[in-house]
Amino acid sequence: MNWLDTILQGVLLGGLYALFAAGLSLVFGIMRLVNLAHGDLIVVAAFLILVLVTGLGLNPFLAALVALPVMFAAGWALQYFILNRTLGDDILPPLLVTFGLSIVIQNALLEGFSADSRRVPAGSLETMSLPLGPVTVGVMPLLTFLSAIAVIVVLNQIFYRTALGRAFRATSDDMVTAGLMGVEPKRIFATATGIAMVVVTIAALYLGTRANFDPTIGPARLIYAFEAVIIGGLGSLWGTLLGGIIIGVAQTVGAAVNPEWQILAGHLAFLIVLLVRPRGLFPRAID
Amino acid sequence: MLETVGLTAFYGDFQALFGVDLSLRVGETVAIIGANGAGKSTLMRSISGVIANGRAAIRFEGEAIGDLPAAKVVARGIAMVPEGRRLFASLSVEENLLMGNYGRKVDGPWTLGSVYDLFPILKERRDQSSTSLSGGQQQMVAIGRALMSNPRVLLCDEISLGLAPVVIRDIYAAFPRIKASGASIIIVEQDIGQAMKVADRVYCMMEGKVTLEGRAGDLSRDAIHAAYFGVHA
Ligand SMILES: Nc1ncnc2c1ncn2[C@@H]1O[C@H](COP(=O)(O)OP(=O)(O)O)[C@@H](O)[C@H]1O
Ligand SMILES: [Mg+2]
Repeated sequence: MNWLDTILQGVLLGGLYALFAAGLSLVFGIMRLVNLAHGDLIVVAAFLILVLVTGLGLNPFLAALVALPVMFAAGWALQYFILNRTLGDDILPPLLVTFGLSIVIQNALLEGFSADSRRVPAGSLETMSLPLGPVTVGVMPLLTFLSAIAVIVVLNQIFYRTALGRAFRATSDDMVTAGLMGVEPKRIFATATGIAMVVVTIAALYLGTRANFDPTIGPARLIYAFEAVIIGGLGSLWGTLLGGIIIGVAQTVGAAVNPEWQILAGHLAFLIVLLVRPRGLFPRAID
Repeated sequence: MLETVGLTAFYGDFQALFGVDLSLRVGETVAIIGANGAGKSTLMRSISGVIANGRAAIRFEGEAIGDLPAAKVVARGIAMVPEGRRLFASLSVEENLLMGNYGRKVDGPWTLGSVYDLFPILKERRDQSSTSLSGGQQQMVAIGRALMSNPRVLLCDEISLGLAPVVIRDIYAAFPRIKASGASIIIVEQDIGQAMKVADRVYCMMEGKVTLEGRAGDLSRDAIHAAYFGVHA
């Protein structure tokens, strides 16, 4: 067994988990909303890409490009018309509503697509790999990781360099005063969820092309995303990437020792980091 | 240009304003004074749209705006410096100022540059977190932020609250320039002296009602005292 190779695979897997988590982190950071249907929304996006690929014969990357605006609009509407109504001082309503949404999505997908395991065909890219010194890396895992970095860079630019980003932060600080500046919090929240769904679509592209998926796998992806967000430190996107990497490496190393340990090792790494750093690796100064 | 007509306001079942009539003319500076709990902030929150009211209860430039939400009110040109400053803690000084014109971008005298001219210390502190400033500097940010929308009406709720007298004087020194820029101003204060100096007219409030109104120079100390405390001194 080649440890260097195992760890590298884990790091690249962490990129996928960071993609699962970035949207969750964004939405939580702005409106303190924990979306329990986040994993299922990734699966929805994966099915959308699958339909575009198999139905229209599109290349998966092109299909994802087509899916992006659709998912943005769906996220915007979901937030504006449904989730905004659940926000308030009580944290329970959004949890209940998104939990319900998760079940609704799973059942709707089961009705529409059956419980069969699917995969988005990506042609020769699926098996292509690059020699990198002593190890070889798959092109798809590498693209996943690079996409995660690109997503985080772009989200950070939006968050810290644009008027929209200022409005996100101001609204999260103080909704009433943001209103006095001309911000309409409901629209800001809808835009944030729309952006989160764009990230979800990118995550779905790699989820769907790299592994099999079926309508019920959303909650498990949600768990990895949660763990990445929490050990990274709430609100820090680079922390989320690091969190994803820690879980990814723990899983591949665990699996290398004993294939049955893969999932367990990821959860154990999560618990150990939390024991050592209860607020995560990069906690935000205020909160 | 701005008036309230029999304005009432509630917090749940609790009534905080009982038929307030107030008017502000173009270019005028009006002071609203009154003891703690008189309803001054509630009046400001009603005008700025933080609290929803009956549509006809507030008129601005000939239109009924009582039921508009805050974002629509500021877009029409009424900006507020809220009580307690309420800066955005995770934004820098400059970002706080830039938030001021988020919902209303019109050409006018106020830009980042002219706000920094008015309060030069803010330029030095532009990249600092707003929480690292002194109280007086924070108040300057709050005023500058409101000015960034080039408001037709500027509402200032207790800008001297918690500040030392010399700092209060510095901040009030900015008002002649704000006035000269063309904004009409409503200043809410508990500190009568400061308010009387800058105001053309004064309203005194007590228990959710206007108890006295007049030109700043015409009101006697006794009359103000009676309207303020509800007793004859
Ligand atoms: N958010 C609120 N909820 C309930 N009552 C409030 C609230 N804010 C103010 N009040 C009450 O409304 C009345 C007027 O308050 P306020 O407008 O803040 O007075 P002032 O600004 O003149 O000190 C007071 O009796 C106060 O207790
Ligand atoms: Mg007050």
